Amino acid sequence: MVELLLRRSSSLWIGLAIVGLVVGAAALSCFWTPYPPAALDIPHRLAAPSAAHWLGSDALGRDVVSGLLAGSRVSLLVGVIAVGVGLTLGVALGLIAAAAKGWVEDAIMKISDFAFAFPALLMAILLTATYGPGVVNAILAIGVANAPIFARLTRSAANGVLTQEYILAARAAGRGPVAIAFVHVLPNIAPGLIVQATIQFAIAILAEAALSYLGLGAQPPLVSWGRMLADAQPWLYNSPRLAIAPGVAIAVSVLGLNFVGDGLRDALDPKLRARR
Amino acid sequence: MLGFAIKRLLLVVATLAFASAIVFGVLEVLPGNAAQTMLGASATPEAVAALSHKLGLDKPLSLRYFDWIRGALQGDFGQSYAYNSDIASLILQRLSVSAPLALLSMSIATSIALAAGVYSAERRGKAGDAAIMAASQFGIAVPSFWLGILLVLIFSVHLHLAPAGGFPGWSKPARAFAALVLPATALGLVQAAILTRVTRSALVDALSEDYIRTARAKGVSRRAALWRHALPNALPPILTIMGLQFANLIAGAVVIENVFVLPGLGRLILQAIGNRDVLVVEDCVMGLAALVVALNLLIDIVVAAIDPRLRAGRHG
Amino acid sequence: MLLEVAGLTIELPTPHGDLRVVSEVTFALAGGESLGVVGESGSGKTMTALALIGLLPEGARTSGVVSFEGRNLLALGEHDKRALRGDRIAMIFQEPMTALNPLHRIGAQVGEPLRLHRGLSRSAAWSRAVELLGHVRLSNPDRLAQAYPFMLSGGERQRATIAMALACGPKLIIADEPTTALDVTVQAKILDLLASLAAESQMATLLVSHDLAVVARHCQRVLVMYGGEVMEEGPVAAVLGDARHPYTRALLGARPRLGAALGARLAAIAGSAPGGLNRPPGCPFAPRCPHAADICRDASLPVVSISRDHRVRCVRLQAGDLAW
Repeated sequence: MVELLLRRSSSLWIGLAIVGLVVGAAALSCFWTPYPPAALDIPHRLAAPSAAHWLGSDALGRDVVSGLLAGSRVSLLVGVIAVGVGLTLGVALGLIAAAAKGWVEDAIMKISDFAFAFPALLMAILLTATYGPGVVNAILAIGVANAPIFARLTRSAANGVLTQEYILAARAAGRGPVAIAFVHVLPNIAPGLIVQATIQFAIAILAEAALSYLGLGAQPPLVSWGRMLADAQPWLYNSPRLAIAPGVAIAVSVLGLNFVGDGLRDALDPKLRARR
Repeated sequence: MLGFAIKRLLLVVATLAFASAIVFGVLEVLPGNAAQTMLGASATPEAVAALSHKLGLDKPLSLRYFDWIRGALQGDFGQSYAYNSDIASLILQRLSVSAPLALLSMSIATSIALAAGVYSAERRGKAGDAAIMAASQFGIAVPSFWLGILLVLIFSVHLHLAPAGGFPGWSKPARAFAALVLPATALGLVQAAILTRVTRSALVDALSEDYIRTARAKGVSRRAALWRHALPNALPPILTIMGLQFANLIAGAVVIENVFVLPGLGRLILQAIGNRDVLVVEDCVMGLAALVVALNLLIDIVVAAIDPRLRAGRHG
Repeated sequence: MLLEVAGLTIELPTPHGDLRVVSEVTFALAGGESLGVVGESGSGKTMTALALIGLLPEGARTSGVVSFEGRNLLALGEHDKRALRGDRIAMIFQEPMTALNPLHRIGAQVGEPLRLHRGLSRSAAWSRAVELLGHVRLSNPDRLAQAYPFMLSGGERQRATIAMALACGPKLIIADEPTTALDVTVQAKILDLLASLAAESQMATLLVSHDLAVVARHCQRVLVMYGGEVMEEGPVAAVLGDARHPYTRALLGARPRLGAALGARLAAIAGSAPGGLNRPPGCPFAPRCPHAADICRDASLPVVSISRDHRVRCVRLQAGDLAW
């Protein structure tokens, strides 16, 4: 099955390779980094790349490579958990909307429509600013902010599935709604949800980076790519590479995830491929 | 057409009402008293009570909510205690930076997207298309605030062509415009990447429809078929997505204003948050929400003007 | 002779190699005549039609000669082809529901060829469009011209596309399955309309269809295609009344017959139409032909003249092995 998917789409290959790299970096950073990422070393601040510091050190003497490795952990963690939160919340709401119909469905859809006026970043800024900065609040904010899109997707896909005859058969056989949801509806809408989840993952990483840049995301001693960019900005004239490396890390991670999402979409729905 | 517009308008009002309730709820249900935070931990209970009373924080929640709404509808957005001025004029002043920034970004984004999207759709499957699609992949992967920093690096630090930040005020229009170019470009390029893909995809869909074949059989050239027949049909989905993207543009602008230290609404919100100036935050956020909702309403109306099937109430 | 097609061959590039969809097709059409092109899906009939109007898919390669009013259409540049399209040669397609641009009014769409080829102003083209809509027997043509396509029924839309095709008074109209997507009751009306309009203005008609009955009723001559090649050609009465080619005979035999015994099986032709790739040499029908012999798989198809205007392409017929 996996082999079949991989053979159909080259984007998937490239994307998985890139994402694998990032995951590998995150895993590695749990055990080893060249230096402790948050360790200050003022005598050696703003060092140029050398054998001691492969990409140099920042304004406080922290090693850039170590920062990149540790930052991947935060990005991935926030991405996974936030999408997990959004997915759970969104799918639950979507299923309820599709099953209940009537005013319940309308109400849930109106709420998620309204939520589109508040993109993840804005909502996250508000929430973290109100309840305090920090990685937990960032995760919750981004998670809640991307629930609506999963709710919409689940509802429309579930509506499509619920009209099928096998659902009628299951209900006639006495299956309860929860069982129907898990056994019949979810497996059929899963491909679309998976594709959307990778896209939302990428968006979550961008949102987390922006939050950390603004000082509202992961707080020191946690290292985050966004924060590294904020710290690098005053030093653009002397050490521009400090502003380049973390940005490249963010862009590469997001690119990888986008490729995976595109690749999955191509591989799972041949109809869409034919037109391109 | 009128009935359609009125229905949409009612929906907008309902949405905004709902939004205001949520915003108020989130920001006013603070853990801890705002007055307490403003005065600090060492303040006496009496001082806290006095400030609470002055700020009206001791009134019941629902009363404060309706006071706020009533005031806003009358044009009185309250006073900012941190800036010691009325919020309405504060917002207008900041808008004089944020609005041109948003407009400039959108113009950059739409012109690039239209050109690139049409070019890509025309040369579908060939080298030009692949190049543009690759470029747009990078565009959507890059955080706009990082692009802003990179643009500063290239155009300010190395080429000395544009200012690295700050805003001199509209009294010097040329320099004011120059201060907006880099931030608008950073925002615009990222938006352009997204919109290019949308434009191309909508055009490719439209070009594969039967009426294009009919047009060609009538003697319409390939180019004319794209511009006169395909593009109008592709516009509704493109415009709709542009509307949805507008909210993202605003979010990006909030961050970009901080990258370039522009005295716009984005910076105001963040500063107000830091100052616990809750009323300012509420009014700004509601203002932005109203703007987004109004723009989407406008787009819905334009799309209905283009597509007669929507006016008739039938699914397009 | 208005149209003379000689040895038309069309190849399409695919990721798996070149696909030969039409092979050595030869026929002629005089002014005012109506020719039906019959075949199943994949027989190459639509591709042949597209070659005449110059709308083959990108990358298609053609050889042979398509002579229209003395000019070889295959040798023309896009600019010249465009000048002919909609003016001297018109085409209508199968799906009336999607053939019209949903955002433009009917009047504007019907008048578009006039603005393109005759340089008419918008209002002049519009009034002429209203006349044309009346000419194709649509009631209330002024109101209809103001309407958008979604307001019209399938039959009305197809009449509008006919009006659009006739706008500049073409010498040849190509109709690719024009009634397949319509109700049976509407089908006959549309085809009758087409026939009478063609007779009025001495316009030649090329009617592509998979339906023998349609061709029998509305065409003077018929071309039977299979696997990209012409199998049989001649006057309708001759080809359908006295079919010589095994494929034509099988087609005729495959029609459900009223009055047949209950429970009698429908005579179907075993097997399926060939794809264009890896085509074996010889007759494309050989795999399914009940009379196939080894010689059919090797030799290229000859032309056997049954009478002055009735031609068949069959190796065994030429050899005189088949008798009927």
